[in-house]
Amino acid sequence: MDAVRPEAQAAPYWRSTGGKLLLKRCKACGELHHYPRPHCPFCFSAETEWVEAAGQGTIYSYSVTRRGAEPYAIAFVTLAEGPTLLTNIVDTPLDTIAIGQPVDVVFRDVDGVAVPMFRRVPPG
Amino acid sequence: MTINGKAYIAGAYEHPTRKAPDKTTAELHAEVARGALDDAGLSVADVDGFFCSGDSPGLGPLNMAEYLGLRARHVDSTNTGGSSYIVAVDHAAQAIAAGKCKVALITLAGRPRSEPQSPAEIAYLSDPGVPDVPYETPFRATIVNLYGMVAQRHMHAFGTTSEQLAWIKVAASHHAQHNPHALLREVVSVADVVGSPIIADPLHRLDCCVVTDGGGALVVVAPEIARSLKRPLVKVRGAAAAVKHSDGGKVDLAYSGTAWSGRAAFAEAAVTPRDIKYVSIYDSFTITVLMQLEDLGFCERGTGGRFVSDGNLIAGVGKLPFNTDGGGLCSNHPANRGGMTKVIEAVRQLRGEAHPAVQVANCDLALANGTGGYLAGRHGSATLILERV
Ligand SMILES: [Zn+2]
Repeated sequence: MDAVRPEAQAAPYWRSTGGKLLLKRCKACGELHHYPRPHCPFCFSAETEWVEAAGQGTIYSYSVTRRGAEPYAIAFVTLAEGPTLLTNIVDTPLDTIAIGQPVDVVFRDVDGVAVPMFRRVPPG
Repeated sequence: MTINGKAYIAGAYEHPTRKAPDKTTAELHAEVARGALDDAGLSVADVDGFFCSGDSPGLGPLNMAEYLGLRARHVDSTNTGGSSYIVAVDHAAQAIAAGKCKVALITLAGRPRSEPQSPAEIAYLSDPGVPDVPYETPFRATIVNLYGMVAQRHMHAFGTTSEQLAWIKVAASHHAQHNPHALLREVVSVADVVGSPIIADPLHRLDCCVVTDGGGALVVVAPEIARSLKRPLVKVRGAAAAVKHSDGGKVDLAYSGTAWSGRAAFAEAAVTPRDIKYVSIYDSFTITVLMQLEDLGFCERGTGGRFVSDGNLIAGVGKLPFNTDGGGLCSNHPANRGGMTKVIEAVRQLRGEAHPAVQVANCDLALANGTGGYLAGRHGSATLILERV
């Protein structure tokens, strides 16, 4: 899928395999943002840096698409660090997904690119 | 500068077709242009301002002005998705107020029912040069699941139910039964809506609007021209637009950009929600309507579910009649862009030309509101307040 072929500035984001999820932080105002940009969308500083997120968050909202061959869950996950990102919930029974659930990141291959998705944190 | 009182809607026309396999999109632009100009009592030679959104064939207003034979000295191709045509009325009024044109023609046409996805739409969703695409397309974000997430959040935060959302479709169907051109004229019940298949949680098939070919057009004119014509006077009283997006990851689905455009339009019109007799609300999905009603201040945040229930949106039954043509949920959604038909039905209501079964008595103040794009992501909201004088 051509859509996931990253532009050059975001290449580190798409290399963030092996359990690493990267965010951008503004060196001027300190805010984290997603999706990653070379500039800060809050103060427009051009000085930003990559930082590693812990990979944990909670489900802000979700929707299970049931039309089509195989149902799947799209979600907004709010990371512990603050930013909310669009993703899929995987490795989790679809009918048990709920807003507020803790999730952690897993990487899935989408047409040769490792893409961050999330699964429900196993109980205990 | 205000546009309050600086422009009037003199012509409005909705194409009766809902499926046009044998026509081109350009032909539909021409047919709706003819319809709206005839309605106003004006000719194509009178047009000096032309507005069609950037989705129109070719380079939009350039190709369409040539095709229609227009001599426009002011053009605008603002593309904010389905809300573009409400924005276009605002921009036309601004251009008229500034002396840039006197007769502005606004056209919309499209054939998504005959041609399921346009090349432009496919290019957008797979173009890695669109900065958000690499972070959304891999997750199979669709229009329905993005709006589904807004509904899911509203249900979680406020206890809104699928039955309450269903009332929005039920009200639209009560109106559509009187519209001979409506795609779906059958009156449906709450049980019908919640019993229809889930497309993307929690939205059912009947929570979704129709897909239709067709189009519509408006003619916005300077006050002295409006007064020279034979049509009822429909004055632009206030208008505003807003863009809301994911804000660098500070996602907040509790409100839409209509919270901003609504406040500004009411301020310009110097009226309040209580003064409005009729509303046209873009109904891409039932949840879209509920969000806009809250954002516009017709009810308190979180109470939209109760507000729309029990027929409160049905003309002659409830307190706030909406989309009396049947709306996008039942009648028409040409080019997957609902803003145009919203303005047209508001004009019909203000002129007293709605179907008698749904005509609102003494309808002197109406509001048309639209959103374009994706409610859960980036979207453009636009609010228009019109007055019969
Ligand atoms: Zn900053």
